[in-house]
Amino acid sequence: MSLTELLEGKQIVICAGSGGVGKTTIAAAVALGMASRGAKVAVVTIDPAKRLASALGLDLLDNQPRQIDGARLAGVKIDGELWAMMLDPKQTFDDLIDSVAPSPERAAEIKANRIYRQLSTAVAGSQEFTAVSKLYELSQSGRFDLIVLDTPPARNALDFFDAPARLESFLEGGALKALLRPTTLGMRLFAKGAAPVLAALRKVTGVDVTTDLATFFALLGGMTESFGVRARHVDTLLHAQSTAFLLVASPQAGPTDDAISFHQTLADGQLPFSGAIVNRVHPALADEHLPDVGPQLAEKLAATVSEYHVLAARDEANLTRLRTALAGAPVLLVPELEDDVHDLHGLLRIHQELFG
Amino acid sequence: MATALLQRRLIFVTGKGGVGKSTVAMALARVAASRGKRTIVANMNGTGEEHELQLAPNLFTLSIDPQRAMEEYLTVKVGGTAGQILGQSRIFSAFAMATPGMRELLSLGKVWELAQTRRRTPGAEPYDLTIVDAPASGHGAALLRTPRSFAEIAKVGPIASQAGTIAVTLTDRDFTAIVAVAIPEDLAVTETLELDEALQRERLNIDAVVLNQRHPDRFDEGDLTALRLLAAAPAARLAVAADIHARLEAGQAARLEQHFGERLQSLPYLFAPQLGEEELELLGRELDL
Repeated sequence: MSLTELLEGKQIVICAGSGGVGKTTIAAAVALGMASRGAKVAVVTIDPAKRLASALGLDLLDNQPRQIDGARLAGVKIDGELWAMMLDPKQTFDDLIDSVAPSPERAAEIKANRIYRQLSTAVAGSQEFTAVSKLYELSQSGRFDLIVLDTPPARNALDFFDAPARLESFLEGGALKALLRPTTLGMRLFAKGAAPVLAALRKVTGVDVTTDLATFFALLGGMTESFGVRARHVDTLLHAQSTAFLLVASPQAGPTDDAISFHQTLADGQLPFSGAIVNRVHPALADEHLPDVGPQLAEKLAATVSEYHVLAARDEANLTRLRTALAGAPVLLVPELEDDVHDLHGLLRIHQELFG
Repeated sequence: MATALLQRRLIFVTGKGGVGKSTVAMALARVAASRGKRTIVANMNGTGEEHELQLAPNLFTLSIDPQRAMEEYLTVKVGGTAGQILGQSRIFSAFAMATPGMRELLSLGKVWELAQTRRRTPGAEPYDLTIVDAPASGHGAALLRTPRSFAEIAKVGPIASQAGTIAVTLTDRDFTAIVAVAIPEDLAVTETLELDEALQRERLNIDAVVLNQRHPDRFDEGDLTALRLLAAAPAARLAVAADIHARLEAGQAARLEQHFGERLQSLPYLFAPQLGEEELELLGRELDL
């Protein structure tokens, strides 16, 4: 089955997989392929290689999709439109606050809060949270036929789904509502039953954290519901039949294990899985005959060929494992390219492999 | 002269996803163990052993779980009524786990505890060396930054002082080392250079860079001239491609060399279906420690 058929009728494609397998380039190639087939496509990349980004003209980091000039993509005719952006987690978070805050003043206060600043930048998980948030925002805008999302590197899928959920539950303040009942700015007024817990908490964390948190939630007051509603919309979006999760893997043992467990997580969560793309595969040599050369060179050639055999056999074994685990779902292969793929040339080559 | 890597008590191994952090961490640990150091590999990827498990003589492993780390911390460190109340409180647990940076801080707290000459965990024997199989660069830098942010935000109270102690430990180069793992590809090298920048802003230093998976570079100019004439043979094409690859790798290695100088070491790409004990030992022997 071709990738075009696989993505027929899809409005969102999420490229998921562990780090170092070429997810960003694959996501860009998928977007390029669909745009060249007439769709209006936006690709949200996370931390793309600088060379690829500048080749696409993405030097400007303003957290909004920019249209890629087709003239840059030598040899690929874009019948639709190709838009691309690099995710800026801090900016996405700020935009989110701006969109849900009842007034610009409140938004400014929140953005100046220390807990918020910590939350929106330093914390592992903010990338995942904001990636999903951006996806939702772009989907709501209705500007694109297809949105392709690259995801932050994670060893397991749970990181991707859990991190946003954790942040959302924090923002919703579910656990904290019982604990802190901020009525005015500052801290005060605690539910009766929570008093000893809170006292112990203050003893352990230090007063300032508690004060900051209380202030933070006082500021968020009334907005927490919007976070909840949003979270439910995002959840619906991720589960929609018009969404496709594409697993990206490479054929080594580790990434194959990761892909298999990722697939299981998608299945458990009833998320729409479309297929896997295995990158950097070493296909078996068509002809193993060694050409007639001098003995020294023959020895070096034999060494190179036998090393390649090890890789080809390893890849084949892991692909078999993956295919078995995926129980007949489409698995597309992209061969190992001899040159570094993290530039425009590499992107075009991968596009060629995937879309022919 | 900086303290030799294996003379320290705590080593963080980080790097871009997929470059072989776990492999390098385990290879380092095996060398240390073979030299008689009681060594533990603490895995922060959320997979692995729940309790300290012995793998080989002097070699142990543990998967760090923030939730369990918190329960331990409360029992051992806070103790008394406060510890009991908090340990049993589901509200507190949910709160603590959701507080930004708390999971990272708790995980680091556990790592710190493992590295102490006198363990806080009752009855636990000390380790000579704790090697942390840390999260990928981006998250790794955020992790190492956490104690200082916490110490600054919380200011007072046991957590703030604990965070402060950990932050000091992390910058103590006689105690703690940071090892960055890279592979000779553009993205991984760039990320390593960026990691160094990010860590320096936190007054943290990369002590060693391990350039993993260097492919052999065995063809000379004469070979290549001969091979190009034989381009119809797949084996010859393979060799030419391998040479192009080796050159690209050399270019990437040079970028790291220029920046890290003597802190850089290389490990060969191992052509093996899977990395087993034999391969880890081989890698350990290649490391200059």
